[in-house]
Amino acid sequence: MDGEAQNESVACEKATLAPVDRLRSNRAESPTPGLVEGTEPGAVQKSAFFAHAQSFEDLTAEAEEKAEQEGVVEDSGQTEDELQVLVGERTITEQHAQDVSPQSRSKEEDMSSEAWRSHRKHVFVLSEAGKPIYTRYGSEEALSSTMGVMMALVSFVESDKNTIRSIHADGCKVIFLAKSPLVLVGVSQTYQSDKELLRELQYIYYQIVSLLTLTQLNHIFQNKQNYDLRRLLAGSEYLTDNLLHRLDRDPGLLLSAVTCLPLSNSVRDVVSSSLQAAKAKNLVFSILLAGDRLVTLVRKKDQFLHHIDLHLVMNLVGSSSSFREGEGWTPICLPKFNTAGFFHAHISYLESASDLCLILVSTDREDFFNMSDCKQRFLERLTKRTAYQALKEALKCPSYSVEQVGIPELRHFLYKSKSSGLYTSPEFPELYQSDEEQERLMGLYQDLHSHLHHPVRPLRFFYRCTNKENLLAWVTNGFQLYLCFSPLGTKAMAVSAVNKLLKWIRKEEDRLFILSPLTY
Amino acid sequence: LDMALRELKVCLLGETGVGKSSIVWRFVEDSFDPNINPTIGASFMTKTVQYQNELHKFLIWDTAGQERFRALAPMYYRGSAAAIIVYDITKEESFQTLKNWVKELRQHGPPNIVVAIAGNKCDLSDAREVSEKDAKDYADSIHAIFVETSAKNAININEVFIEISKRIPAVDVVGATAARGFKLGRQASESHRTCC
Repeated sequence: MDGEAQNESVACEKATLAPVDRLRSNRAESPTPGLVEGTEPGAVQKSAFFAHAQSFEDLTAEAEEKAEQEGVVEDSGQTEDELQVLVGERTITEQHAQDVSPQSRSKEEDMSSEAWRSHRKHVFVLSEAGKPIYTRYGSEEALSSTMGVMMALVSFVESDKNTIRSIHADGCKVIFLAKSPLVLVGVSQTYQSDKELLRELQYIYYQIVSLLTLTQLNHIFQNKQNYDLRRLLAGSEYLTDNLLHRLDRDPGLLLSAVTCLPLSNSVRDVVSSSLQAAKAKNLVFSILLAGDRLVTLVRKKDQFLHHIDLHLVMNLVGSSSSFREGEGWTPICLPKFNTAGFFHAHISYLESASDLCLILVSTDREDFFNMSDCKQRFLERLTKRTAYQALKEALKCPSYSVEQVGIPELRHFLYKSKSSGLYTSPEFPELYQSDEEQERLMGLYQDLHSHLHHPVRPLRFFYRCTNKENLLAWVTNGFQLYLCFSPLGTKAMAVSAVNKLLKWIRKEEDRLFILSPLTY
Repeated sequence: LDMALRELKVCLLGETGVGKSSIVWRFVEDSFDPNINPTIGASFMTKTVQYQNELHKFLIWDTAGQERFRALAPMYYRGSAAAIIVYDITKEESFQTLKNWVKELRQHGPPNIVVAIAGNKCDLSDAREVSEKDAKDYADSIHAIFVETSAKNAININEVFIEISKRIPAVDVVGATAARGFKLGRQASESHRTCC
C-alpha cells in the first residue's frame, strides 16, 4: 500500500477514537485550510454518522493487496483476439453520442452490432460457473458464450495461482473483480483508471449483495453451482442500471460522500431533534432525504452508516416510484454494515407529491407498525413547528448558483469535507445544462480524482488546462477540492480562488453541512 | 353519528407484473400509472369505505411478486381476513402461479381466509390467454370470489372489495383504537377481538 493511504487511515482512526468536540462558536473564523482533519470547513463537531472507514482507499485496498501479492497479468496476444468479441474501435466522442439512457433498457439490442460494442462502459456479472447474471446492455441469454470466455480467462490465470486484474488493449480496458461466488467484469473505453473502474464494480457487487445478502448468495451456489441467479434478481435489474447511471453522473459516488439540502441551521436542528425523539427499540437509522440530498440522519449510538450503504439506499428510493404511495416495507442488506443479514426499511414520503422521503431502518422484520408509529410521531411533532414550513420552502431551491461565491471565472466546484463525509457543489451553470456536457464535466472530475488517488504516484495538487476549461484539484488530510474555471483564467487566479472559496464555505457551512449529527 | 368501525386486513398475492399495485392504487387513490415500478418488499395502504351500517377500514398489504420476496409472503397472509390473488388474463403462466398461491394459502394460510380471484387487464381482451369461463369454474371449485378487473379502466375494482365485505362474517366489532403497534403477524387476530 502506498504511504498516503496509510496516513489517512491513521488520521481516520484518530477521528473515531477522539471525536472533535468543539462548540460551534469556537470554530476558526478564517479557514486555515483544513490541513488537519476535523478543522476543515464543514467538519463535524461530534463524531460523524458515517462509518469511519477510509473513503476511497477502503473500497479498493482489499483487491489491490491481493493483486500485489499475486502479480499482475496484462495484455497477452492470446487474450487480445478474444477481446475483439467485446469491443470495437471507436473514438470516445462517437461512443458518447450512442449511449442509451438507463431508463430505456432495451433488452432486444443486437449484440453483434457496432452500437452494442461501442457503449462506453459495459458491465457484466457472472457466476463462477460462467452463467450470466447481469449485463448493462443487451440480454444475458445472448451473452452466455461471451461470459463463458470471460470465466475461462479468470480460471486460466487462477489455475496458475494468480489473479487476473485487467487487460488493456485498443484504447479499452477490461477489468476483472472476482468476489466469490460472483465474478464482475467491466469493459470501458473511458479514461478512468483501473482503480476507479474497480471501485465501480465493487458498487455493483454491493448492490447485488444488498438485494440478497452474501450469506444467501453463498448458500445458493454451494447447493447448486450452476444456479441461474437471474431468477432471484428478476425485476431488480433497473436498480443496477440506475446505479451505473449514477456512477457516471453523481459526484457523491466519486467522492464517497453525500450532499445535504441547504437549510438554515436552526431549521435543520428542529427536524433532527424531532426525528431523534421518534425512536423505537429496534430502530437503527432514521434518514430523511430530499431527492438525492440528505436533510438529516439520526443513528443509534455506536452504530455507523457507511456512505456506500447510504448510496444504495438512495439508489433504491430514487429508482422506484413504488414508494410514492402508501408505506413501503422491505428487507435490505447494508453490505458495509453486515453482509450476512437483512435490515428492514420503512420507506414513505412525508406528503404525497413531496420530495421528502423518510427511511426508518429497523432490525426486526415484524416492526412495520412500530416504524409507522415513529413516522407518525415525527410528523406530528414536525408539523406543529414553523420549521416544517421553512423546510418545505428550502425544497424549492435545493441548490445554489456558483455566482453566490463571487469568484470570477469559477464555473463549478466540488468540495468534500473528509471528517463529515459530506460534500457541497453548486448547480451546473448554463454552459453545462445538457446531459452530455454534465457527463463530460463529471468525466473531467473523475480524471482529476484518478490522478489524486493514483495507486503508485498520488498527487496532492493538480492543475490542468484544456481548451474548454481550466481545472484545479487539491487534496489535504481535511478535504478534497475540485474546481472548474473558464479557460480564460490563470493558475495564479485559480490558486487565489481556493482561499476565497474555502472562506465562503466556512461562512456558509452551517447551511451546507450537517455539523452536529444526532444519535438516539 | 356512531358507526361501528371494522378493520379488515387484506393482502394481494400473485405473479410480478400482473397489476396488484395498480389495483390497490385504483381502489385507494383512484389513479393509474402505466409506468409503475415493481413493488419492492410490500406496500401498506388503508382505505375506509361504508358497508351497510358499518365502516370497513381495509388494511391493505400489497406484496411484491418477485421471486426474491417469495419467502416473506406468509408474514402478510398470516392473519389476513382476505386475500386477493391476481393474475393477468393475457398470461396463462400467471394463472398457474395463482393456483400455487391458492394451494399455499390452503396449507399455511388462516383457515377462514376469504379468497378473491381477480383476472386483471381485462381491457386487453385481444391478447387474452385465460378464458373467463375456465377461471370462473376454477374459482367456483374453491369457493372463491371471482371477477375480471381492469385497474386501467377502473372496471370491477371497488366490486372486489365490496364482495370481500359481504363475505366477512358480521360478528366482531372493533373500536376506533386500531390495531396499530401490533406485530404484522398478530394484527388480524387482534382485530378479531372485541375492543373495550
